Amino acid sequence: MSLASQNPGATAATTDPVIQMTGVNKWYGEFHVLKDINFSVDRGERIVICGPSGSGKSTMIRCINALEEHQRGKIVVDGIELTSNLKNIDAVRREVGMVFQQFNLFPHLTVLENLTLAPIWVRKVPKREAEETAMHYLERVRIPEQANKYPGQLSGGQQQRVAIARSLCMKPKIMLFDEPTSALDPEMVKEVLDTMISLADEGMTMLCVTHEMGFARTVADRVIFMDYGEIVEQNRPDEFFGNPQSDRLKLFLSQILH
Amino acid sequence: MADQTLHRTVERAAREDGDAPVVQPPATRSGVIGWLKGNLFNTWYNSVITLVLLYLLLQIIPGLIDWLLLSAVWEPATAEVCRAASGACWAFIHEKYRLILFGTYPYSEQWRPTLAVALFLGMILASCNRHFWKPWLALAWAIVLLICGTLMYGGVLGLTQVPTTRWGGLPLTLMLATFGLAVGFPLGIIMALGRRSHLPVVRLLSVAYIEIIRGVPLITVLFMASVMFPLFLPQGVSVNNLLRAQAGIILFAAAYLAEVVRGGLQAIPKGQYEAADSLGLTYWQATRLIILPQALRISIPPLVNTFIGMFKDTSLVIIVGLLDLVGSAKAALTDPAWRGFYRESYFFIAVIYFVFCFSMSKYSQHLEKRLNAGTRR
Repeated sequence: MSLASQNPGATAATTDPVIQMTGVNKWYGEFHVLKDINFSVDRGERIVICGPSGSGKSTMIRCINALEEHQRGKIVVDGIELTSNLKNIDAVRREVGMVFQQFNLFPHLTVLENLTLAPIWVRKVPKREAEETAMHYLERVRIPEQANKYPGQLSGGQQQRVAIARSLCMKPKIMLFDEPTSALDPEMVKEVLDTMISLADEGMTMLCVTHEMGFARTVADRVIFMDYGEIVEQNRPDEFFGNPQSDRLKLFLSQILH
Repeated sequence: MADQTLHRTVERAAREDGDAPVVQPPATRSGVIGWLKGNLFNTWYNSVITLVLLYLLLQIIPGLIDWLLLSAVWEPATAEVCRAASGACWAFIHEKYRLILFGTYPYSEQWRPTLAVALFLGMILASCNRHFWKPWLALAWAIVLLICGTLMYGGVLGLTQVPTTRWGGLPLTLMLATFGLAVGFPLGIIMALGRRSHLPVVRLLSVAYIEIIRGVPLITVLFMASVMFPLFLPQGVSVNNLLRAQAGIILFAAAYLAEVVRGGLQAIPKGQYEAADSLGLTYWQATRLIILPQALRISIPPLVNTFIGMFKDTSLVIIVGLLDLVGSAKAALTDPAWRGFYRESYFFIAVIYFVFCFSMSKYSQHLEKRLNAGTRR
């Protein structure tokens, strides 16, 4: 039984791109935050994105589920182009799960209600079935006993695992992680990373913005380095860390790897 | 329930500490003397304030008790007996309470508003229980309102017709306040959402509405509803004065409640919207399921503040000729035989107002506690 077992598309890694960004540009006012991003992700691929803060890495993955709007270029996710068309945006969001730095669980709902809300209202799954699915994923992230607690009663690591389970309950084809361990106390980072590793092992398409270089080394198929809104370099992890090409990446690696 | 488990875990953790001796907090403030020392006489200026207040209380309370209770005229009596006594004349209330409670509603028919008020209050009490927050409650309300309306207005089932111009007192106050808030609240929520909308027209209309209504006194709104509104109606068409005043109160309450709700909306972190968006919830789903439940919970104290304020502000309808509780209390004083007992009259309705407002306040505290159970960080 695997985390993504109920998601038939995710287990078989093929080479058709599930995300394609072509000439994507974005500005915050005058500030050019994404410069001509060309980038594609294959089904089942696991990608880690790193770079200094303000380099546009979060903005880039937030464009994939239209939390941020791109102003120029083309983004196609699972065959659907992201335009200002709300129908398309909703269709993409149904297939793309997202995990946030600050968990963003719904504090007024129990853990179980957090997990079943979207399946019931968005996927129109019957309540009982949604609860069964929710319990399944809570067991997978190893906290089924917390189902009836409120998020505020859980530790940070537990909250983040609930957040991951919440996304998985929608049976997404792609999972986006926006610095999922950055807000955690050090002793809780591992439990969240372990959850992400087991998800990766099961063939989920993952894009992960993180500073956890160990995770990048062991899990990623490809590591991407961004700086000043550009993709500066991308490579297999062994090449990326062992043989960086650009000076900017060399500098960055020297700063984060002691 | 979840709270209890948490407590147990904490207790267990404490016990499992094992050999560590249990350290009690220092008991510095025990006993009456300790409490007095700790709270009333802990610094020299607190001691001074305590003594001054004690002196003032001693000046006021005996006289008040004497007037209210000891020297008061309790049994039914004439105005002359009352005037001879030095205390309050509760005989006046005994004589006039039906006029104060029901205004000019026909005396022999006053069992009808009594029953209507009882039903109405019963429904409000039932609605306070969260277990009854089910769809059938709306149906029950519809039925009860129909019964209340029939009782008050009559004209069917052998009940004589009583035009709204003769309605007054407590039923009128309750009706104006309840409908003002029950209709104004959803309207206010929509305005608050509208004011935060990305659609310029919606936002502009909401802002204009809120600012215009909030910028004028309720008296003006009532005047407009009562005096100016009929000018815009075609010849021969008229809308009941009571209905116009009610509409004025609803519109006024909506503007104030909108700003209270907006305050709650602004307290919701951006991440909540993003999480709802990323799960594919539509705007209305996210608003109804995620944003409003949290925003309204935060807004309970200012909401109840506004509710209480509006409840008392309904007394302004006297300006457009409606006889609410304050109006009928004033009317009771116009009887030449009983002139001058305004203290008793106002005290009586003050107690009624207090009971309602204090209940609202207490209920809101209870609700706040219940809704926040388990969610407190």
